[in-house]
Amino acid sequence: MMRFVAARLTQVVAVSAVMSFLIYALIGLMPGDPIDLMLSGDPHLTAADVARLKALRGLDQPLGKRYLAWAEAALSGDLGYSRLYHKPTTEVMLPRLGNTAVLMGTSFVLALAIALPLGALAARRPGSLLDTIVNFVSFAGISVPSFWLALILILVFAVTLGWLPAGGIATVGDGGFADRLDHLVLPVATLTLASIGGYLRFMRGAMIEALRQDYVRTARAKGAGAARVLWAHALRNAIIPVITIIALSFGSLFSGALVTERMFAYPGMGGLIYDAILGNDFNVALAALLFATVLVLLSNLAADIAYAATDPRITYR
Amino acid sequence: MVRRMQTRRQAILGALTLVLASRAARAGGRRPADELDIGISQYPGTFHPMVDPSVAASYVLGMARRPLTVFDAKWQVVAMLCTEVPTIENGRAVPFDLPDGKRGIRLTLSLHPGARWGDGVPVTTKDVLFTNEVGKNPLSGIADADLFRRIISIDVKDDKTFTVTLNKLTYDYSASLADFEVLPAHLERAAFSDPAQYHNRTLYDSDPANPGLYFGPYRITEVEAGSHIVLERNPTWWGKAPAFRRIVIWTIENSAALEANLLAGGIDMVAGEIGFTLDQALAFQKHHGDEYDITYKPTLIYSHIDCNLDHPILADQRVRQALMYGIDREAISQQLYDGRQIVADSFVPPLDWVYSKEVPHYAYDPAKARVLLEAAGWHAGGDTMRRNAAGHRLALDLSMGAGNHGLDLVAQVFQSQWREIGIEVHIKAETPRTLFGETMRNRKFDLAFYAWVSAPENDPLTTLRSDQVPSQANGFSGQNYPGFRDPEADRLVNAIEIELERPRRAEEWHELQALYAEQLPALPLFFRSNPFILPKWLKGVTPTGHQYPSTLWVEDWYVEARS
Repeated sequence: MMRFVAARLTQVVAVSAVMSFLIYALIGLMPGDPIDLMLSGDPHLTAADVARLKALRGLDQPLGKRYLAWAEAALSGDLGYSRLYHKPTTEVMLPRLGNTAVLMGTSFVLALAIALPLGALAARRPGSLLDTIVNFVSFAGISVPSFWLALILILVFAVTLGWLPAGGIATVGDGGFADRLDHLVLPVATLTLASIGGYLRFMRGAMIEALRQDYVRTARAKGAGAARVLWAHALRNAIIPVITIIALSFGSLFSGALVTERMFAYPGMGGLIYDAILGNDFNVALAALLFATVLVLLSNLAADIAYAATDPRITYR
Repeated sequence: MVRRMQTRRQAILGALTLVLASRAARAGGRRPADELDIGISQYPGTFHPMVDPSVAASYVLGMARRPLTVFDAKWQVVAMLCTEVPTIENGRAVPFDLPDGKRGIRLTLSLHPGARWGDGVPVTTKDVLFTNEVGKNPLSGIADADLFRRIISIDVKDDKTFTVTLNKLTYDYSASLADFEVLPAHLERAAFSDPAQYHNRTLYDSDPANPGLYFGPYRITEVEAGSHIVLERNPTWWGKAPAFRRIVIWTIENSAALEANLLAGGIDMVAGEIGFTLDQALAFQKHHGDEYDITYKPTLIYSHIDCNLDHPILADQRVRQALMYGIDREAISQQLYDGRQIVADSFVPPLDWVYSKEVPHYAYDPAKARVLLEAAGWHAGGDTMRRNAAGHRLALDLSMGAGNHGLDLVAQVFQSQWREIGIEVHIKAETPRTLFGETMRNRKFDLAFYAWVSAPENDPLTTLRSDQVPSQANGFSGQNYPGFRDPEADRLVNAIEIELERPRRAEEWHELQALYAEQLPALPLFFRSNPFILPKWLKGVTPTGHQYPSTLWVEDWYVEARS
């Protein structure tokens, strides 16, 4: 197992290095530069100013040379300055990471807390009223666009009823726990409703499959109650494929949810990455995307280890 | 078991009642009466007044700083940080001869005696000298260095009075220092110790809530990056006391969310300079026009279609004139913008004092357009599209920025109207960075539909002079994208630049506008309007229509009667 983990960690490093180059190259190859755009927006700016600003930021150098300079600095822990915010990259990213962790983490936990037991219960009696409702909620969650859902929630709960704030992260001058919770309700509800459908479907399908197995019939024949059969026998086997989905979802937790963040004016990683790419903010875009990449790779590794822990038939060498 | 279930049910009902009661209380709650919340659609990347300037940054900083001089809402130059606008008449502006035979000018300004930074340190000529030092350093990251290149020297008389010597006497000398944003030497000197890193180390971004950075009616006290900026009254402000104790500027990039926040009471108003687009505001007015004061301010944002004059089809003036006669701009303004967009006849707006009423006006006349096209050798074929003698179709590409629904509609109307006179136009929508970074810069377009901002009486040196055509030879500098090379236009823009006599200058402006309207290097379309959506209780907000925002007069905003 240790050899397996070590090999996978080596893969993480190699993939991250390749991704760093690819991301840098893709951003660098995008046509135009925000400094060029400044010309059309400022009547006093001249082409000489544009050339000077590009030289100051090293944008007149070849792409490869710029990437190597970035890589050398990054390896020594210097992630550079944000071109858009004129601050150290870490100073720009960390608050947004925190905001995103709260938002995505809460909706992730809530979605799992609702979807897993509900999916299991629905699988117990396929075609029942509960199963029909669960299927409807699943398909609605998968089909409904998140921006539309966000807008409907804002219109109902913020505009019409006035029960919740329409956006933002906190009330200025407040920012206490209750106030932050208030501001989280609608974006978390949006993200939870949007993601719950997938988990419900997977859990339900896996449980139906597990409940068909011989060991379940044997357990019933041995006198195990319905609850014990469901939670102690079937769930343990059904959860294995669901772990894959959970692990993959965990990896994307910190890359944010751009659409939801924009709808609720919530300053998170999604908006930061989007603005960084469009603004050619290489340092921030690279750091954020690489962070997300490493997280996905590590969460895959965690999923594989969880397999081995959950299913004694699985071993790694 | 039954009792346990009953207790559980009661607990759930009780919790639900508590939640509903708290929500109802929240619905009835109000923000403090001395606070104003404003929604804008973009977050300022930096708070430094001269690095990476943006409309959002100007809007925010307009509350916290003041330029030396500025154009006001009547498009007149007024003094803000200085006591008097320097003019030749009042003796504060003195032309002189330079060694090379050209004319320069010396401007003497006096800083307002009460001007103090938010930490109590007076604003002095030390700050002016430091600002010049920063602006002149090519490594400092200041965007508009052209201003500082024109400054030969700054001579200090005392703590408040200084004389700026400029290397060129231009007609707009009294406004030439409008973008000279005085910096606090006592705070920024340390960040400037390494000029190449100044744009990263400036306190405006590393410590934006530092009171010593601001001397306006407000100062920034809190920043949540990507979310909001809080400004509070500046105790060192020397002017009229502002009405609001606190102003919070919220960034809400999605227009539907911006509207929802306004309706929900999360914000009180939407900034006209950087809020809704005109069509969004018109749609909003249809449903909520009675609840708000909505003002549409015509601006200097000149919407037009550049013609690539090196294109063989567009090189013919008759074709360009036919394109103009073939589109009904008045109807588009009425139907799509409720008449709120002023139809343009040249690049000068009617609000500008140099505007000429004698400029040729292209009223919608498809019959005239067809006559011109026939004369130019483009004959109607069996499929209604025109062809020349060689059998080539009269087909052009219209490049434009993607993502603006209103502009997409306008382009489609143009396409349809041009089709009626036999011109086939394909719309090529591109992201703004592609359009301006590649397409325009390399002049890889036939027709290009976009808008630009200018200043009041802005001499079009970079957009019309023939040495400003981007090319390999000049490193693709310049903004004369159409490739307009007209000796008379060159003569006029150069003459305007140095003509001090207003009547003579007005004549030259009129001649230039007439030439532009006749030659049509670009097809004039509209001057856009900025919609200001304000609560009925807020008065005193005066839109300017140019790049200097209404927030520069925030101390004039007041509450009439708040419901």
